[in-house]
Amino acid sequence: MSAFYGSSIRSSWWLWSRLSWFFLYSNMVTALRTQKEVPISYDFLHDTAGFNLGESAIAFTCTDPIHRAMLVGLLNTFKVSITGIALATLLGTFIGVMRLSTNFLVSKIAWAYINVFRNIPPLLLLIFWYRAVFLKLPRVQEAIVFFDPVFPIYIANRGLFFPWGTPTESWSTYRWILLAGFVLAVFVAYRLRQHGKRTGRMPLVSLWFAVILLVVTLLGYVILPDPLEITKPALKGFNIRGGATLSLEFWGLLFVLVIYAAAYIAEAVRAGILSVDRGQREAARALGFSSFNIMRLIILPQAIRVVVPPLISYAIGFTKNTSLGLAIGYTDFFAITGGLILNNTGRAVETLTIILLVYLTISLIASLILNMYNRRIMLSH
Amino acid sequence: MSKKFRALCICIFVLLALTLSVHAQDTSTLALVQERGHIICISHSGYPGFGFLDEEGNFSGFDTDFCRATAAAIFGDADAHEILPASSADRFTFLATGEGDVIYRTTTWTLSRDTDNNAQYAVIYFYDGQGLMVPTSLGISTIEELDGATICTDPGTTSELNIADAFAARGLEYTPLPIEDDEEAWNTYLEGRCDVRTTDRSYLASYASTAFPNPEEHMVLDITISKEPLAHVVRNGDDQWLDIIQWVTFALINAEEYGITSENVDDFLDSEDPVVRRMLGTEDDFGGKLGLPSDWVYQMIKQVGNYGEMFDRNLGAGSPLNLPRGPNALWTDGGLIYAPPFR
Repeated sequence: MSAFYGSSIRSSWWLWSRLSWFFLYSNMVTALRTQKEVPISYDFLHDTAGFNLGESAIAFTCTDPIHRAMLVGLLNTFKVSITGIALATLLGTFIGVMRLSTNFLVSKIAWAYINVFRNIPPLLLLIFWYRAVFLKLPRVQEAIVFFDPVFPIYIANRGLFFPWGTPTESWSTYRWILLAGFVLAVFVAYRLRQHGKRTGRMPLVSLWFAVILLVVTLLGYVILPDPLEITKPALKGFNIRGGATLSLEFWGLLFVLVIYAAAYIAEAVRAGILSVDRGQREAARALGFSSFNIMRLIILPQAIRVVVPPLISYAIGFTKNTSLGLAIGYTDFFAITGGLILNNTGRAVETLTIILLVYLTISLIASLILNMYNRRIMLSH
Repeated sequence: MSKKFRALCICIFVLLALTLSVHAQDTSTLALVQERGHIICISHSGYPGFGFLDEEGNFSGFDTDFCRATAAAIFGDADAHEILPASSADRFTFLATGEGDVIYRTTTWTLSRDTDNNAQYAVIYFYDGQGLMVPTSLGISTIEELDGATICTDPGTTSELNIADAFAARGLEYTPLPIEDDEEAWNTYLEGRCDVRTTDRSYLASYASTAFPNPEEHMVLDITISKEPLAHVVRNGDDQWLDIIQWVTFALINAEEYGITSENVDDFLDSEDPVVRRMLGTEDDFGGKLGLPSDWVYQMIKQVGNYGEMFDRNLGAGSPLNLPRGPNALWTDGGLIYAPPFR
């Protein structure tokens, strides 16, 4: 009797959900048909954008098509999220370790950090930091300059300006040299690792890898006639021009999302460390490991198994949170597609569908990669 | 089985009811507004002079007054309205989905907007142009001197597209900084993050005079880089509603032309002038042709005032903005404000 009842509930639930989906879909189609005479079409993606973008990793002008503007936004989203996730992981691990310190002050500072930043909405944090700290940096005319004649770095309330190389004619040859150097370095590192596994004495693989890369890079630069032309930033007219720029909005968004995500990651790290059996620590100490090496070689490698699954969620959350950049004028994917393009074309259904699909794809790919990593480090005995 | 059948029946019934509610929007907007008992105007949340919350917490401004006039024309009561504050991005969505009946929100009329959005542009009620504001200390007077400047814009507005055109046409470069929140954009400009703030001239003047700590430290360049005809907007496909929105404004303009104000409108009730009699509904039922009461113009003028009174109170000499009428003077005074006749 109860089995029958359960199945009836389940089937009516099934019916309900199907019907409500059907209703929502048909409602949208009806609304589009009756209220908007323009049918759904994605042809507008090939229209001219008409607007310029300040923050762009690739060349973009107002005569470029709309789909290229979307790509610019996507690259801006990646720029913040990839650097941000890496930095937040480092900071979060650091705070998480601090939290477990036996030093009262250190542990309380970490505790305060976690509880303050975890309990304030990120949008509020963003607006506060951007308005009260970043915008209050000196204006371009009074910019702070470091290492002036040799390698000038300017800090102003428009961002960070630093020297940058633009490719010259010999760049295409230089590129091949770099690739060859990279292949060589990977090969050598692989062989060294094999050797280390065989003999049981692991050489400093990453050091060798770096040395080979550096040597090839420098050699190529000496042999070829200047593959890159270095331009230095300088105050010209209104703005600091020349070199490369990381805008104030980029720093503001990066900073806030990093400190916000690090608070969560710190708690995950703490849980991971506590999950490692006390005996491990005691055994390591008995063998004469320093407390830094106990953490680095014994505790963290085991803690990471507990830390990685929540880290996956935080990384995905981080990527989605980059859309908050809209509030301070960071032109990420959402700001460009849901703001500029949607308003200029009026194509709400099309642009919002694209936004949904893109964020879904990014999150699914991110979780796929991190799940693969998780499977690799899982206990396998 | 019977349980499933009952669930199915309920579903179908709910579906039908909801589908009907979608189709209900296809019927006349006027009927919908009358049934609701008040009009919903999509407008500004905070735009001094056009639509903002005053000290008593009520919306007031030039755009708000058009909403009040429309309410007076339909219901004989200027208070029978509701302001739905919208960002420049939301306004067309609110109109298309039927959450509001009309956009009274400084909306520039352009060809692509007219054809792309589900929107019908009714009547130009304010002739504006896009200006550029810079700190006086920069010592700038022409657009050519702005090469390489950073410019604060509002994302998704025509001003953002115009600035791209204006700089491209002159072979100049600039860095745009689009900021969604309007107040944030002003703050960013004041902090020196941008060299230039660009938007409609009226708005540059209105915001600077009401919200800047030191308005004299900023100036609007003598260059107008675009035409910004601000218009009222309704949904496509409701001709009667379009007529009403157009003639509300036309009547307010005609009233100024004939010198009918909120103070002297009662004296005009026994006027011999046939045009005035047709306007005020003492002769022929012009309101009836629009589906409105015969005294619709009288109610608007009595409760809200004519076009000139609305302008003076919110934007002109009677306001902190003190904008000159300029192109927004009546055609009889050399301006562009002109309305078709009552005939």
